Amino acid sequence: MAMLRGGSLLLLLTMLLIAALLMALSLGSVVISPLALLRLLGEHSPSLDATLVTQLRLPRALNAIAVGGLLGLSGAVMQVLLRNPLADPYVLGVSGGASLAALSAMLMGIGGSLLLPLSAFGGALLSMVLVFALATTARGFPTTRLLLTGVVMASGWGALIVLLLALAPSQQLPGMLFWLMGDLSYAGAPWLGLTVLAMSLLLLSPWGRTLNVLARGPLQAAALGVAVRPVSWGLYVLASLMTAVAVASAGTIGFVGLITPHLLRLMVGNDQRLLLPASAVAGAILLLLADTLGRSLLAPQQLPAGVVTVLLGVPVFIVLLRRSVH
Amino acid sequence: MSLLGCHQFIIDIPGRGNVQPLDIHVECGQLWGILGPNGAGKTTLLHSLAGLIPPRGGSISVAGVALSAWRRRTLAQQLGMLFQQPSSVMEMTVFESALAGRYPWLSRWQRESAADHQHVENALSAVGLEQRSQQRVAALSGGERQRLEIATLMVQDPALWLLDEPTNHLDMHQQQRVMRLLHQRAQHGKGIMMALHDINLATRWCSHLILLFDDGSLEAGPRQALLDTEKLSRLYHQPLRCVDVDDQPFFIPIVPTDQTSESSASSPF
Repeated sequence: MAMLRGGSLLLLLTMLLIAALLMALSLGSVVISPLALLRLLGEHSPSLDATLVTQLRLPRALNAIAVGGLLGLSGAVMQVLLRNPLADPYVLGVSGGASLAALSAMLMGIGGSLLLPLSAFGGALLSMVLVFALATTARGFPTTRLLLTGVVMASGWGALIVLLLALAPSQQLPGMLFWLMGDLSYAGAPWLGLTVLAMSLLLLSPWGRTLNVLARGPLQAAALGVAVRPVSWGLYVLASLMTAVAVASAGTIGFVGLITPHLLRLMVGNDQRLLLPASAVAGAILLLLADTLGRSLLAPQQLPAGVVTVLLGVPVFIVLLRRSVH
Repeated sequence: MSLLGCHQFIIDIPGRGNVQPLDIHVECGQLWGILGPNGAGKTTLLHSLAGLIPPRGGSISVAGVALSAWRRRTLAQQLGMLFQQPSSVMEMTVFESALAGRYPWLSRWQRESAADHQHVENALSAVGLEQRSQQRVAALSGGERQRLEIATLMVQDPALWLLDEPTNHLDMHQQQRVMRLLHQRAQHGKGIMMALHDINLATRWCSHLILLFDDGSLEAGPRQALLDTEKLSRLYHQPLRCVDVDDQPFFIPIVPTDQTSESSASSPF
């Protein structure tokens, strides 16, 4: 019975994702109806609309799916791994390192379409290795130390970021702020993100039951047969890599990684075998909707997706949270 | 071949200099009770035997094989542990939580079978939780949560059961029920080792005892040799007397009435 419920939930989420994708392709400064989208597919000589859809909207939508999926999935992993409901993909300072590197690249004028994500990715990796090295101990998995080290590092990066903003020439500020708020217009080709997302889902799929047991606590998991230390470090590295790829393509998009697993947990319980793939799909939907709204609400003015995700997420989450209290 | 063998095994209690080594063999059908005052190292002993914390010295063999040579998953088929703190995940259902006990028996790609589900149902009814199987763990009381932990251990079905205060949070009826259940498991060939606070539960149900004194010394062996009023009084720093009820020894604390009145008279408060 639980399996049927799980299967139908994933099916429902996938259908919602397709609907959101259609919306993303048709809405914007020029509205193209879904029917017109179909007609564009059959065209021999590409029209302006076709170029708009295939060259601009589709890559951007795919990027939203990749980034949202990566954030949702790594948030779900982090919450189990750190056994903390407040954990999200950024809790270990990965986004801070990425942002600092990206802003420095912008200031040095090397913010090209390829170099910017590359430097952000480098910053994320650097931060991850630093937190790892500072928190690691001889035995066990240092959950609390990791969390504290991450939070302190994130504060450190935050201060350096503010310092950079204060020193930056004023004409550079809007671009930097957009990066910090999370924005998909800088994103390059979506294939890297989509590949990493697919690989991560594939890698994690046999580990759902292990994560369920790990959620009971490190000692308890060990007594039930989990090799806690290698599994935890593996999950930590994978979740950090997913976050690094996401941050590198779209900046710091808040809330998706925190809220998506919680939303789903309130609806379907805490079985990680269902929660992990569902978090990936739901994260993708959330970011895709947020980005579409951000592009079309005040078009041609664009709102950063990171801001819209939070504005969308807060009321939905509060309503669900209040309804779940019986 | 014994389920568990300890050879010159010394538990690591920080700050305690000379801890006496432990040499015991736990066989099928035996129920071992660990008794000792707070902080004597009962939990540390159980965790060390489960390989969760390294000992200061000596070695352990599980089913004849050195503990360190076991992989965690196969070790969990031999040896299971009930912790002092309940570990079930709140958002899960009672059924899902108990199903975690099957973890060591399933390969990574295997789904739980009907037989696994049957294991869970049997265990839940053995502890009287069959009616609550679809409820969330968060809805259970403290005692019910403890029974869920015991059911999870039943589902895990290891050869040797290590239990840290299995009667925590349980009322008298449930205490007897759990002890009877453990006794039955032992009769079916399992080995049971548990830390207990209640001497009388230990004397009633255990075949063997380990007494952990807070100076690091210890005594271990068959129950009869250790059920000595003087010894147990020294163990707890509490004068005890032994009374026989239906040929069953019961230890009750002696309350030093004269002393209390004396100390309250001289008390400045």
